[in-house]
Amino acid sequence: MMDFFTANLIRVALRILVGVALVYGLYRLIHWANTPARKTVATLGVLVFIGAITPFQDQFIQTLFTEILVFGIMAMSLDILLGFTGLASLGHAAYYGVASYGTAIIMTKTDWVWTFEMYEWASSIGMGIPYLFIAGIIIAIFFSAFFGFLAIRATGVYFLMITLSLAMVTWGVAYRWSSVTQGDNGIIIAERPTLLGLSLREPLPFFYFTMAVFLICLVLLYLFVQSPFGRSLVGIRERETRMEMLGYNVWLHKYLAFIIAGTFSGISGVLWTLFNLFVSPPDVELIASAEAIFMVALGGPATLIGPVIGAAIIRSLQQFVSIYVERWPLILGAIYILTIMLGKMYNVEGILGMFAKLREKKAAAAAENSTS
Amino acid sequence: MKTKWLAAIAGIALAVSVGAGPASAAEVRIGFIAPMTGIFAQVGKDMSNGFKMYLEDKGHKMGPLKVKFILEDSTGKPAVNVRKAMKLVQRDKVHMFLGGVLASTGYALAPVADRFKIPYISPVPAADDLTQRKLYKYFLRSGFTSSQNSHPLGEWAYDQGYRRIVMIGADYAFGYETLGGFQKAFEERGGKIIKKIWAKLGTKDFGPYLPQIPKNADAIMTLMVGPMSLAFPKQFRAAGFKMPMLGGVTSADEFTLPSMGDEALGYVTSAQYSAALTTDKNKAFVKDYQKRFGKMASYYSETSYTTGQWIELTLKKIGYKPGKTLDFIQAFKTIRIDAIRGPVYLDKFGNPVQNSYVRKVERVPGDRLGLGVRPNSLWNVVIKTYPAVGQFWKWPSEEFLKQPVYSKTFPNCPNCE
Repeated sequence: MMDFFTANLIRVALRILVGVALVYGLYRLIHWANTPARKTVATLGVLVFIGAITPFQDQFIQTLFTEILVFGIMAMSLDILLGFTGLASLGHAAYYGVASYGTAIIMTKTDWVWTFEMYEWASSIGMGIPYLFIAGIIIAIFFSAFFGFLAIRATGVYFLMITLSLAMVTWGVAYRWSSVTQGDNGIIIAERPTLLGLSLREPLPFFYFTMAVFLICLVLLYLFVQSPFGRSLVGIRERETRMEMLGYNVWLHKYLAFIIAGTFSGISGVLWTLFNLFVSPPDVELIASAEAIFMVALGGPATLIGPVIGAAIIRSLQQFVSIYVERWPLILGAIYILTIMLGKMYNVEGILGMFAKLREKKAAAAAENSTS
Repeated sequence: MKTKWLAAIAGIALAVSVGAGPASAAEVRIGFIAPMTGIFAQVGKDMSNGFKMYLEDKGHKMGPLKVKFILEDSTGKPAVNVRKAMKLVQRDKVHMFLGGVLASTGYALAPVADRFKIPYISPVPAADDLTQRKLYKYFLRSGFTSSQNSHPLGEWAYDQGYRRIVMIGADYAFGYETLGGFQKAFEERGGKIIKKIWAKLGTKDFGPYLPQIPKNADAIMTLMVGPMSLAFPKQFRAAGFKMPMLGGVTSADEFTLPSMGDEALGYVTSAQYSAALTTDKNKAFVKDYQKRFGKMASYYSETSYTTGQWIELTLKKIGYKPGKTLDFIQAFKTIRIDAIRGPVYLDKFGNPVQNSYVRKVERVPGDRLGLGVRPNSLWNVVIKTYPAVGQFWKWPSEEFLKQPVYSKTFPNCPNCE
């Protein structure tokens, strides 16, 4: 029998080994995935892998994976604006916030008889969750359509400031309208509704449910950015005036992109409510919006899957580093700064952008070799 | 080749299973959630210091059990608290978790405790309803309710001859509940609240609020938290107001006093503890705390220390079996403890019944209190003790519970001008 110390040492060493192997594997995988087809295969492969190993993890890891997927959807939706359309929105948490508050209110506000009875009726036939999603999406669409209408005319810093202030208004309403939002106390939900009679109470079933929603969002967003409409958004990002000259309705394109981004942000908001069973004003804060931007910037804008990697890194750091280091915000801050600084210095956009850059360099070197 | 791989896999599996080994049975795992970063970090440190001090005193043991103490940073946000509580339960498999600062945190954590069927002990969050109208089976309280100490203060204020009082408070549950309790007790005696002002939580510049304060009020009742407590008296006095200041516990607690100046003199607050208590227990505690952490003991550290004591007594009563959650909860509610703050026991709703001290900020010359620390500094000198104060004060619980929980809109302001 090994003594306790050696056993622990072996366990830690193994964990480190597995960690290194996973990171290296991921590194090789991203390197390998240099064509659209390979990228799809790699993405699905990783997701299937995560889906397969999750049941063997403890509940904390299962919950962490769920959290990452929820914020992954949020980061992807922001990527539509920030990465593909080139609109830096600093108020993306607003749409996620209104949807999560909306669903929380629907579930708990008993004195709004009409909405509550609708919800009761829906959950009695096992449709509580679909109902919440539909409601959340409608709320998010409504708000992003309204806010987008106010913000889209502006560009650059002005756009950023308008989205920021609109998000602050949302925060203010969440904080101050206490008869509906419970103010600073936040809204507490007793339990997740069932999905067609299936209980989502335990972390694992809820993880798979979140994974399913995530996959649907990923596919829809992928189809969206590959569509001619998505392509024209990239065109707008690259040269807005040229697109206008070519006869595209730039304003409408941006407006629709804004609404679509808001909608998917809303989906992640509904998931967040179901995940945490608690909504409070800090969820809608400026920091929440800024964090989403960092997820996109860290993972690599205009790649869809990059922001999900960013979300994974930031969320795991928040959960893990704080266990070991008291001054964990410093580490997080250092990572933010490094991302931005290195990005600027080497003209690289996030982690996936780094790989793309390396690939380009290799290709350029190969081309030089063949010509000389 | 194949066999080689199989052997390797088997080896790894073996190593993992050995490494995972059973956690040692004779331990009690206690999760502690407190803000270690953010604007409430100092409060969080005071809390964890108090609890750590108790553990150190006991050599990290409670009876035969080793104590595994797991501290998590909540950053002071309710949502993060919930996430950390989930982590403590799911990853660390704690037997109980305690902590939280804001009342809103209490409201957020109690349902989590019920969901996971793990006791949550609240040493600080004072949310009224958790021991009144929204009872949770797995929720235990070792601190106080927000309005518990402001009921007697309302009565005290009337006895001083104050009739017209203006109130200013932090805009969140703890503020509504503290000031609401004061208003109920004060107005029931015949006093009048002539204005209520709500300042955003964390306000440092009271410029926008000061002009709203009527100059002809007899006194002002405040409820400030964290950095607000330091800023308010300074700016209030600088703006030329001369009226006496009353306050809830956090308006002038031991944790803000060392950073305050003469502007705080005469500030009357009420709490279940004061570092200036002259009991032997408290003197020893304050001296010891000062020695270890170089700070004045506060009710945050006292309540955390007492909670440690409370947990140990409870464990002793159930034969040191921390896994027996329901027994633990049952036993916790029957403990009578002779704490540093004075005698404490829980009422049938699970809320402490204890002394309530009316305290006045005074500069104590020399070491008159006999505490041996911090001569010539500001202390919350106890000027009146209301013994055995419960959360319902003088009202019968059934009658009290008929009214809604104190909020921004209750009690409303019939005498506002």
